[in-house]
Amino acid sequence: MKQTLLSLRNLTKQFDGKKVLDSLDLEILDGEFITLLGPSGCGKTTLLRMMAGFEHADAGTITLSGQDLTHTPPENRPLNTVFQNYALFPHMSVFDNVAYGLKMEKRPKDEIQQRVIDALTMVQLEDFAKRKPHQLSGGQQQRVAIARAVIKRPKLLLLDEPLSALDYKLRRTMQIELKRLQRELGITFVFVTHDQEEALSMSDRVVVLKDGQIQQLGTPREVYERPANLFTARFVGETNFFPGRVDATNGDDTITVDVFGLKRNFRKPDFAVNRGQELHVLLRPEDIRVLAPEDHDGVAGEVVERNYKGSTLDSVIHLQDGTEVLASEFFDEDDPAFDYRLGEPVRVSWVDGWEWLLPQEAAAEEASIDA
Amino acid sequence: MRSVMQQPFRTAVLVLVWGWLLFLVLAPNLLVVGASVMTRNPGSFISLPLTLDAYRQLLNPLYLDVFLHSLYMAGMTTLICLLIGYPFAWALSKLPKQRQVLLIFLLIVPFWTNSLVRTYALKLILATNGLLNNALISIGLIDEPMRLLYTEGAVIIGLVYLLLPFMILPLYSVFDDLKEDLLRASHDLGAGRLSTFIHVIVPLTLPGVLAGVMLVLLPAMGLFFVPDILGGSRNLLVGNVIKNQFLDARNWPFGAAASIVLTVTMAFLMFAHRLSKRRIGEDGA
Repeated sequence: MKQTLLSLRNLTKQFDGKKVLDSLDLEILDGEFITLLGPSGCGKTTLLRMMAGFEHADAGTITLSGQDLTHTPPENRPLNTVFQNYALFPHMSVFDNVAYGLKMEKRPKDEIQQRVIDALTMVQLEDFAKRKPHQLSGGQQQRVAIARAVIKRPKLLLLDEPLSALDYKLRRTMQIELKRLQRELGITFVFVTHDQEEALSMSDRVVVLKDGQIQQLGTPREVYERPANLFTARFVGETNFFPGRVDATNGDDTITVDVFGLKRNFRKPDFAVNRGQELHVLLRPEDIRVLAPEDHDGVAGEVVERNYKGSTLDSVIHLQDGTEVLASEFFDEDDPAFDYRLGEPVRVSWVDGWEWLLPQEAAAEEASIDA
Repeated sequence: MRSVMQQPFRTAVLVLVWGWLLFLVLAPNLLVVGASVMTRNPGSFISLPLTLDAYRQLLNPLYLDVFLHSLYMAGMTTLICLLIGYPFAWALSKLPKQRQVLLIFLLIVPFWTNSLVRTYALKLILATNGLLNNALISIGLIDEPMRLLYTEGAVIIGLVYLLLPFMILPLYSVFDDLKEDLLRASHDLGAGRLSTFIHVIVPLTLPGVLAGVMLVLLPAMGLFFVPDILGGSRNLLVGNVIKNQFLDARNWPFGAAASIVLTVTMAFLMFAHRLSKRRIGEDGA
């Protein structure tokens, strides 16, 4: 069992009367890669800045391995930050940027020399030591920022949307690079992003944030496959929400739910269900199966959009009652039934057991998520 | 020729700009350079043969003293402007944007009044029976009026008063550009306030400091009416020397040579400014 490294208790912060963080509790484990995920304004950057010491909480405490850091200034915290736009010192060479932290510790010259070269080698920039930041590409600046931040061997590395300024391909490369560095250095990473794909692919655990509150904390798989609420389900990945009504609660830990007139047996969810209760049946696009119109199973609909994505074929299907269904299927050239044309009638079904049930949320129902 | 017809506006603008530079900047400066190497002539002001006498005359201890004293007063003025302007610009950049606009506006308002008039106003304040002495006497801080006017201090006060905005504006511009994340990064890497100031803030605001020094130091050696009004006969600036040579002594070559020394000093400062900007990569690679 991993030990807690950083512990946030009851953190609260207001800006101009607006609550940015609302009594937030979070335990960050030693050696993990944890991601703070949420739309802009959810409080993730404020939370990161509080860990770094740039912002101070109105209430609550921050402890690192039992040591109270709540009022410690940033320069005395054993953690470092990789900033969103790298924040490299423009007047210093790459070498001096990376050496800055060690110079502030007044380390001997040879030691600084050696450690800076090691850090630059680690990010494959050993030949760039004499350059100025403005002579480097975005990806190279990013690497310098990482080398500079890890040179003091912090216990915790905070990364504030470090990849958002890079193009898609470079971002993929840097994601893999960051994972490698994290494994090699054994440093705990706290990563902030609004990109759910990035969060899922890199993290050991994901913290989904909204309005300064944790919506869900779990492994990428838990967050994706078993979202705790509608917000998480909508924000992380694409989701189909089918309206369901409980038809019967059965003895064998299953319930029968009426979805589009189909009676399906589902595993009993964590929340209490009564007969006649309305609930949401969540199905990811890849859970959906598109069947031929003569099939008996499923619900009738019509293909209105087809998007060839290389490995998958994404479709939008309109059901007869107007519900829009997203389906994503692995491409199979040998399957003739696969190739539906636009406007063609089809039937929509899903893989049994892959559904996820959520209760109706009166208040949150209307609040749409733009992400 | 075709392009002239196709882009009449572009051509007109270019002709105007180049014409302006040639006739109103380059030509006058060349005339000054020319005058400085000619011989003084009571009838036509300047005449041949070419000579470096004017420059030799600058080395005369009498004028060297005036130069050094002028440089000293201008240097003090610059230093005081920097000491006031630096924290002022820093604080200004930290204020809410609306407040910043208001304060910069207030900083510029005095320019709407002629600087000669403002210098006379300063004379009224500093005079023996002026506002300052009377105020200090009335609150009992001093018994006798102090001699403020016609001193070196009065000249420096006058110069600081007139030139302070020229120090604050370029400094404000560099502080406004200073990214908060750079200061955060410095703290994050273990630097305290003082270290951050020395290693990050000072180097990054240096171009603004040099720009401010450029805009204050040179005018501070040239604003001849300030010593004329506030300084008496012993606190002369290079500007007074130049003015006197052209208007009173009628020694054009010497006045021109003195003026060129100022120009060269200016060019040197501009070069240093460019270097400092290049260091932080603002001036292209």
